[in-house]
Amino acid sequence: MSNGSNGTSISIVFDRLRWEEKELLDKALKLGYNARLVDAKDLVFSTDGILKDTNTNTSSIYKPDGISLGDIVIQRCISHYRGLYITACLESLGIPTINRYSVAETCGNKLLCSLALAKHDVPTPSTYFAFSAEKAIDIANGLGYPIVFKPIVGSWGRLVIPVKDREMMESIVEMREEMPNPLSKIYYLQEYVRRPPRDIRAIVVGDRVVTAVYRYAAEGEWKTNIARGGKAEPCPISKELEDICLRAAAAVGGGVLGIDIMEDEARGLLVHEVNNTVEFRGAASVSSIDIAQEIVSYAMKVVRA
Amino acid sequence: MVKVRCLECDRELNVPDDAVDGEIVTCPDCGANYEVTHSDGKITLKPAESIGEDWGE
Repeated sequence: MSNGSNGTSISIVFDRLRWEEKELLDKALKLGYNARLVDAKDLVFSTDGILKDTNTNTSSIYKPDGISLGDIVIQRCISHYRGLYITACLESLGIPTINRYSVAETCGNKLLCSLALAKHDVPTPSTYFAFSAEKAIDIANGLGYPIVFKPIVGSWGRLVIPVKDREMMESIVEMREEMPNPLSKIYYLQEYVRRPPRDIRAIVVGDRVVTAVYRYAAEGEWKTNIARGGKAEPCPISKELEDICLRAAAAVGGGVLGIDIMEDEARGLLVHEVNNTVEFRGAASVSSIDIAQEIVSYAMKVVRA
Repeated sequence: MVKVRCLECDRELNVPDDAVDGEIVTCPDCGANYEVTHSDGKITLKPAESIGEDWGE
């Protein structure tokens, strides 16, 4: 891949083309960079230090210096594990990747993310981890109900359950124990935070909080995810919000991140999740900031650093 | 618009001329999802992956 007019080139690696990836490409091209979309499903890596795009002919075997994927990759896979391991391969080839492997690993696993937030004294809901069905039920019964159960890998609020009572908890555990995925038997239980029917999604790019939105749950929904019909409204970036977002971003290793925050009635802001391949269509719809352009500009700063 | 047939129910689907590789097309009749691909200068469809347990952001 030859360099663009300003001397830098960028690849956006995806496996499911969403609005965000097209927006990143569009902004990168408008900024004069040589940019392209690369389907992760077509990439093959090897220990010989080459990667290959199977969509094209053998002349597309890339050199280990990473020239063919440009100066930097923005990794945007919708599959956590595909994105994670592609990032590992890219980093082994010396190709700068946003976000870094360690950041993706931490953010893609709620247990690791909660531990990182706590380790760095970022205010976060009390969260408990159990490694057997018996202890999961013991924790829930001991803490009382409601309590929030979350799978440690997953997104969009899928299988996140506000557990109302012991009977419900035992049913969830029984189902999890029957699932073949070993991660199903790692139990993540979080306190039920008393909050307004909204949370805050802030987007951190490098050392800046570029925008923040309130996410209101859809009618009849407890979860605020935009993917579940939640609605976004602009949220002012207060000093307190900025501070907690930057601390949360630093706790997981920094980069381009979506910080999810709840407003606890007693304790104020609590970070409950940090997202590694942040979806920003909802935020962009109500924000005056060009989020994609901010991300591309940050990527170029990383290249020059 | 490029016209292609749904691989599931054979309904005619309209794909924009400027569709890029990887873009998702959904059949309004049967709900099947497809990824746009270009082969020999022509637009074709291949079945898209279904939502995985690890999908998200």
